[in-house]
Amino acid sequence: MNIAVASGKGGTGKSMVAANLAFSLSVAESVALVDCDVEEPNLHLFFPEDQPEVSPVSILVPDVDPDRCTLCGECARFCAFGALVAARDRVLFFPLHCHSCGGCMVACPAGAIRETLRQIGTVTERSISPNLLLVTGTLNEGEVLGVKVIREAKGRAGAERWVIFDASPGTSCPVVETLEGVDFCILVTESTPFGLHDLALAYDVTLQKGIPSGVVVNRSDGKDEVVHRFCNENNIPVLAVIPFERKIAEIQGSGDLIARRDPAWKDRFCAIGRACRSLMEEGA
Amino acid sequence: MRICIPSKGPEPGDIVDERFGRAPYYLIHDTETGKNESYKNPAAEGMGGVGPRAAQFLLDHDVNVLVTARVGGNALGALKAGGITILLYDAAGSTVMDAINAYTTGGLREQ
Repeated sequence: MNIAVASGKGGTGKSMVAANLAFSLSVAESVALVDCDVEEPNLHLFFPEDQPEVSPVSILVPDVDPDRCTLCGECARFCAFGALVAARDRVLFFPLHCHSCGGCMVACPAGAIRETLRQIGTVTERSISPNLLLVTGTLNEGEVLGVKVIREAKGRAGAERWVIFDASPGTSCPVVETLEGVDFCILVTESTPFGLHDLALAYDVTLQKGIPSGVVVNRSDGKDEVVHRFCNENNIPVLAVIPFERKIAEIQGSGDLIARRDPAWKDRFCAIGRACRSLMEEGA
Repeated sequence: MRICIPSKGPEPGDIVDERFGRAPYYLIHDTETGKNESYKNPAAEGMGGVGPRAAQFLLDHDVNVLVTARVGGNALGALKAGGITILLYDAAGSTVMDAINAYTTGGLREQ
């Protein structure tokens, strides 16, 4: 069962929900938790582990052989991202603009371009417990192709009974990539107009991708009528409401998990997991 | 010498555009023939990499000198590698003709 946790708005508690859900389910079953927020991964903060296994993520980029290059400029004319410029005496390459499509190599009539690897990030695997694997995708600072790192990180999980993907905020390419191929999406929102606004956007993405979803209202001040109305109108199940409480914030702020501290929360998060499964089975 | 001025419109009387890569037009003035050519910038609305693409456009059109308000880092590298001289001309609201005259008069600072 593959579950993505998304929200649209940042700071609603995606990582909090993902970490607690993964921890709770791992007490009885095997779980992989994948941090797909590759620009600012943070799930490892909840799971200290001193022997992480780090492997590089690389993309293919062009390497121009100056002896073969005729400076015809076909590669630069092909590139829609301005990654290549045919100057008067050499071809310049701007690595951060390259989307690794390989088109320049095909376009080159002189066969002067071959592809080489360039590292853009890492995937880190941490064995938190015999039942819990944490995979963290990290995009190097200044790089733009987060999707490649997300794809690589997602590929490391799959053998486990539960795989939980923590998405980045927003609704653009990284979120779409995280949602690719999942069975269910948990949408985390909060009791604010911004939370609701972005929940609607994120929900729209799940609709377009045909992924069943459910809502977790986090940091609830008890005045969530508009969120519940939105969920009712769109027939989205509300999986849980987590109150806005100082105690929860303190546990979270100390780097701990409410499900690790309090068995009642562990049971509640296990129930969220079960609800996701039965909703997925109903939809199938 | 072929001088390029990024502009908001295709005519010498149009206003200069302070953005190099995203200027809608490039006006190229040939100092030997005194003739002007104008081109729509094909990359003006591009998603990214417009600086290098604009530099490529200038190289493809045999430009020797670029007269503009400012140039970004990537475009700068490409223009320098292509041997194009960059002269800074930052006079908001002035026309392409004014920029050509400023070039002819001399005294523009090189980047």
